[in-house]
Amino acid sequence: MIVLDGVSHAFDGRPVLADLSLTLAERRIGVVGANGSGKSTFARLLNGLVVPSAGSVLVDGIDTRRDAKAARRKVGFVFQNPDHQIVMPIVAEDLAFGLKPRGFGKAEIAARVDAALSRYDLAHLRDRPVHQLSGGEKQLIALSAVLVLEPALLVMDEPTTLLDLRNRNRLAEAVAALPEPVVMVTHDLDFIAGFDRVLMIEDGRLAADGLPAEVLPFYRERMR
Amino acid sequence: MTIGLYAPGASALHRLPAGVKLGALVAASLALFAIPSTIVALAAVPVAFAVYLSTGLGLNRLILELRGPALLLCFVFVFHALAGSVEEGIAAVARFAALILLASAVTLTTPVSEMAALVERLLGPLEPLGVNPAKVGLAIALAIRFVPMIAEEYRQIREAQAARGLDRNLLALVVPLIIRTLKAADDLADAIEARGIET
Repeated sequence: MIVLDGVSHAFDGRPVLADLSLTLAERRIGVVGANGSGKSTFARLLNGLVVPSAGSVLVDGIDTRRDAKAARRKVGFVFQNPDHQIVMPIVAEDLAFGLKPRGFGKAEIAARVDAALSRYDLAHLRDRPVHQLSGGEKQLIALSAVLVLEPALLVMDEPTTLLDLRNRNRLAEAVAALPEPVVMVTHDLDFIAGFDRVLMIEDGRLAADGLPAEVLPFYRERMR
Repeated sequence: MTIGLYAPGASALHRLPAGVKLGALVAASLALFAIPSTIVALAAVPVAFAVYLSTGLGLNRLILELRGPALLLCFVFVFHALAGSVEEGIAAVARFAALILLASAVTLTTPVSEMAALVERLLGPLEPLGVNPAKVGLAIALAIRFVPMIAEEYRQIREAQAARGLDRNLLALVVPLIIRTLKAADDLADAIEARGIET
């Protein structure tokens, strides 16, 4: 569970988010808003990549200002562009990358990597150079590289933006099957139509918060 | 684009520890340049070729690997032939060709993570002097990861400019390429931190 209390944030004195107080406890939460509304900053607040200028963000009781590293271990983060998220040149190496500092042995790391790849039938990509993969494969590898770290919940920042329809649907199936709670920032309204809750951010403020059936028509109307 | 990246396989060279391969490569380099014999240099080429073929990666891959260095070898030959003699040129080309084949065999059979781990171990004694071996290892891995990424960014910028009817212009290519690369580096730093690793 993530609790935001009076959260505001500014970049170089320019306010980006203002006075957000929320408790995120649902299994699937969508976040919508126009470009520049503050959605991505909101997502980055949830795992301590951005620390609020005012207020606090608590991840399962951990204050991101006091211990951002511990918060990041709890919250996995999937970025919009997998090319900018995948760190190592070979698929298996990238999945192993986050495991090494956690003190696992070589055999344990290999077993966890294989298990994570098998989750989405990606075992055949194990030894492939990342730059040879398709966009959809890269996004699923990026997701697997986060899931292998066993986060308590997942934040995804516009993960479908660069995907074609087939890969977007593949990712939707993968997300639907995840046992972990997910907070997803997206412009893909169909993707989150079945979610438990949708937040709409407008000019850095929470403009709407409720069921998709309530918030999405309101958002569509505002975007006219 | 292959740029000497690790290619999976099950050859004996694939199974050898990175330290042994790198040590042998350094020893071969020193021996080739320490022994001033054209015959030794020429004999090294088929030996290096055999080592390369033992990786099981095939000739097509070899041709791809050697496309870039071929120009360098031509330059080395011309330089030595003009400054010394044709025999010296042949010997120099043979030495470089043997080394390129051996280095390719090492990089193609060694995962970047093993190479980075080796660098970390080798730099371990320098830790009291302020060197952070883990960060150096990560920097090496990232440099290799960035090569195809920058090549792809370059291709995209070039295509976008060509689509607008712009001629090839070095400045117009380099400036957006640097900006995009810096943005990618920034995003990658965020991604590394998001996985719980301090950058």
